[in-house]
Amino acid sequence: MKSSISHIKDSLRDKKISVEELYDEFLIKAKSSKTNSFNLLLDKENNILSIKESQKRYENGNPLPLDGIPLGIKDLFCTKGIRTTASSKILSNFTPNYESFVTQKLLDDGSIFIGKNNCDEFAMGSSNETSFFGPVKNPWKNKNAPTEDLVPGGSSGGSAAAVAEGTCVASMGTDTGGSIRQPASLCGIVGLKPTFGSCSRWGIVAFASSLDQAGPLTNSVEDAALILNSINKHDFNDTTSSNHVREDYSNGINDKLDQKIKIGIPSDYLKDVSGDILSQIENTKKALIKHNVEFVDVEFKTTEYALSTYYILAPAEASSNLARYDGIRYGVREDGKSLDDIYLNSRTKGFGDEVTRRILIGAYVLSAGYYDAYYRQAQKVRRLIKDDFQRIFKDVDFILTPTTPNEAFKIGDKLDPISMYKNDIYTVPTSLAGLPGISIPSGLSTNGLPLGIQFIGNYFEEKKLLQIAALAEKELNFNER
Amino acid sequence: MSDNWEMVIGLEVHAQLNTSSKLFSSSPNQFGSEPNENVNFIDSGMPGMLPVMNFACIEMAIKTGFALNFNINKYSVFERKNYFYPDLPQGYQISQFEFPILTEGFINIDNEGNQKKIRIERAHLEQDAGKSIHDIDPKFSFIDLNRVGTPLLEIVSYPDLSSAEEVVSYMSSLRQVLMYIDVCDGNMQEGSLRADVNLSVRKKGGELGTRCEIKNLNSFKFIRQAIEYEFNRQIDVIESGGRIEQNTMLFDTSTGETRAMRSKEFSHDYRYFPDPDLLPVNLTQDQIDKVKTSVGELPQAKLDKFIKDYNVDKDIAKIITVEKQNAILFEKMISETDIKPKFIAAWLVGDIFAFIKENNLEVSSLNEKTKEITDLLKLVSDDVISNKAGKEILPKVLNGQGKPSDIVKELGLEQVSDSGELEKIIDEALIGEEENISKFQGGSDRVLGYFVGKCLKATKGKGNPKLINKILLERLKN
Repeated sequence: MKSSISHIKDSLRDKKISVEELYDEFLIKAKSSKTNSFNLLLDKENNILSIKESQKRYENGNPLPLDGIPLGIKDLFCTKGIRTTASSKILSNFTPNYESFVTQKLLDDGSIFIGKNNCDEFAMGSSNETSFFGPVKNPWKNKNAPTEDLVPGGSSGGSAAAVAEGTCVASMGTDTGGSIRQPASLCGIVGLKPTFGSCSRWGIVAFASSLDQAGPLTNSVEDAALILNSINKHDFNDTTSSNHVREDYSNGINDKLDQKIKIGIPSDYLKDVSGDILSQIENTKKALIKHNVEFVDVEFKTTEYALSTYYILAPAEASSNLARYDGIRYGVREDGKSLDDIYLNSRTKGFGDEVTRRILIGAYVLSAGYYDAYYRQAQKVRRLIKDDFQRIFKDVDFILTPTTPNEAFKIGDKLDPISMYKNDIYTVPTSLAGLPGISIPSGLSTNGLPLGIQFIGNYFEEKKLLQIAALAEKELNFNER
Repeated sequence: MSDNWEMVIGLEVHAQLNTSSKLFSSSPNQFGSEPNENVNFIDSGMPGMLPVMNFACIEMAIKTGFALNFNINKYSVFERKNYFYPDLPQGYQISQFEFPILTEGFINIDNEGNQKKIRIERAHLEQDAGKSIHDIDPKFSFIDLNRVGTPLLEIVSYPDLSSAEEVVSYMSSLRQVLMYIDVCDGNMQEGSLRADVNLSVRKKGGELGTRCEIKNLNSFKFIRQAIEYEFNRQIDVIESGGRIEQNTMLFDTSTGETRAMRSKEFSHDYRYFPDPDLLPVNLTQDQIDKVKTSVGELPQAKLDKFIKDYNVDKDIAKIITVEKQNAILFEKMISETDIKPKFIAAWLVGDIFAFIKENNLEVSSLNEKTKEITDLLKLVSDDVISNKAGKEILPKVLNGQGKPSDIVKELGLEQVSDSGELEKIIDEALIGEEENISKFQGGSDRVLGYFVGKCLKATKGKGNPKLINKILLERLKN
């Protein structure tokens, strides 16, 4: 396993490297990267105080849980005094004067932000091609077409590419319909979306409030657990933040399973998948079956409705959440002869095509005469999807699925929005249900590209979920291949 | 012309709740600060900011629910009302739509001496918007976001009102109740209480007409003017063969006219949907019951009590109950003395209120002087001093120039109520008045006044007139 947080901390503790040298190493690599995975990199001067304080703590023998670790932060988290754009033109000049809850927790635990990761505009996209700052390139290449630039997935594409490439140790992403898990899968890394309500949304540029959830993209399951320890805290300022009891997610993560585990595999998910994808599931079964794990077939009744439900609810919320970007108080304002002109010009020029498309869809499904047919109906289906998961969780501990229906594709390949939306077919149902899901790399496709599997757990069972993922990670041994 | 027509009116009253902070943010909720002083990141709609409900607003809504006979709903939902305007930073107003906190209430109003029950359809919580200021500069508009997020309770009546007088009576009754239960300061000039008037006309007893909504009226005078103008306008349109279009109207305070702001055809589609940043409000019976104890006595109950239990005249009782602080002052005085409440009430609405008005004081400022006031009134009611003397001393007492008894002594205003002393004076005064005495005994009552005047003069005005009268009659009859 490369550059895991605990290894780096050991090196810092043992004085094999200083915090400053570590930062330099990552920054130099990030600066010379051609993946376009950062919208902004922070020079050492920006962080020199934190670096020195971190070094001091190592010297005093009391380092914090993430002390000195260089992290990337998706450019959707508001970071105090650091430009935050959501990869949109309309916020391209915006610097918040406050720090998001989640990033504040990461700072409190000693980590150091190396920069803001590129992402799809307002997190809307599955390929990182909708960013105002241009597409991100996947560090992986198709061995049969090595000159082609591939997408890293999205919307946390910059985060996934940067971690895969090693320009930051880990990155904070957000997941609304698969935006952490899908890019993690396409870039061969680990991506965790916690239960909705685990990590505060305060200070994250909102896309779809009832779905948005922060989570880490990391090189290992253990790193994901360490970061989850920092960010999974109740926040009074987010009404939807849960006040359940938090656990230590990394402690005992590699312990042997002490009881029999039952994992459901949804047969309807695997109907039309390629041999490459199917073999990821088969390999995982083989690897885990010797560890007291039983696999059973399960069947969802609602899978075919999940994507349509998502593409009604998420745009509906987005159309309202993005209303505040009007060019009046902050962000880019375009001139106009009247107030309406200012709105029209600022928003038309400020938002890209995909964002505009979703605002229009959202406004449509909420409008008088269509609300009942679309929005209200979708809310009912969402309820059924939740119930469907709960029915299955009565019998099984986890659900195992592919993370994505395909490997990373060529930049510019999927021009049709619907086929792009279909990339999230395995991640969206989990998001609608608010359940935790983790993607880990499981193997390579025939083109030599990484593929991932997704474990889904029940609400707030991240501890167990991370344990089974760590076991699968160890057995599948992706990073050593 | 308008004789055959009647108006049908429903009111939407916006009451600003007097909480210390806003509905969904911790910014102070206060009037009169510097522009954009009471604004935080939530109020200004910064990216990633989230609303957090201020439970004090819910409690005030519940309190209003008890006071206005509402069903208090345990389940209510905050939704987003989406529209663009520069003084609405989020691009939506958080309001209650499908599931309001209060439904089906009523209030009894006084309608020319009769009670009329006005039904109230619903009341819901919502955020106020900021202020756009267009008249400071010829080229620019200015935005003040202080008011953004201020908690409002919108109280929507049924169309049960049928005259400007009734509307004013309804509005002032609402205002009185809201001030009594301390949820709204009732200051209409500052916009703490404002009304949208929905008005339609019909031939007496005929079918309902199309209504127009006159927005944002913030004084009783404007409400009256706007209703009269709109009533006549609609009749004119119909009688000259036109049709009323369902419009939103503005009232021009300088001309006293209403004019169309936008027609329903171009009205907004607000795209309401439940705010995903907020959970539905789920109240327990316990939470509701806890608020009930804080409602206190309502104006109608106080009025009834003053009339029945305290024997105060209805008109005087009404004056006292108009504002809560009047009633508080009155009841404090009653509790501190054994003087008859009726006697105190007459002094309160008379000389005491006159003093307050002359000196531009708050009624509540006298709460600390009730001891002195009742001491003074006691002197009057016990005939220690005359009514006239009491009136003379009152301002001195209220101005803190000393204890009533001291002032009385100082000015020598004490009445002579010693009957022995008075008898002596009267006997002296009757000497040499045989002629007048026989006149009196012959049936001339006028002579009594002469004798009383003579005796009073002899006491230098300090004799107790009642006692003098009594003794004189006894003497003269013998």
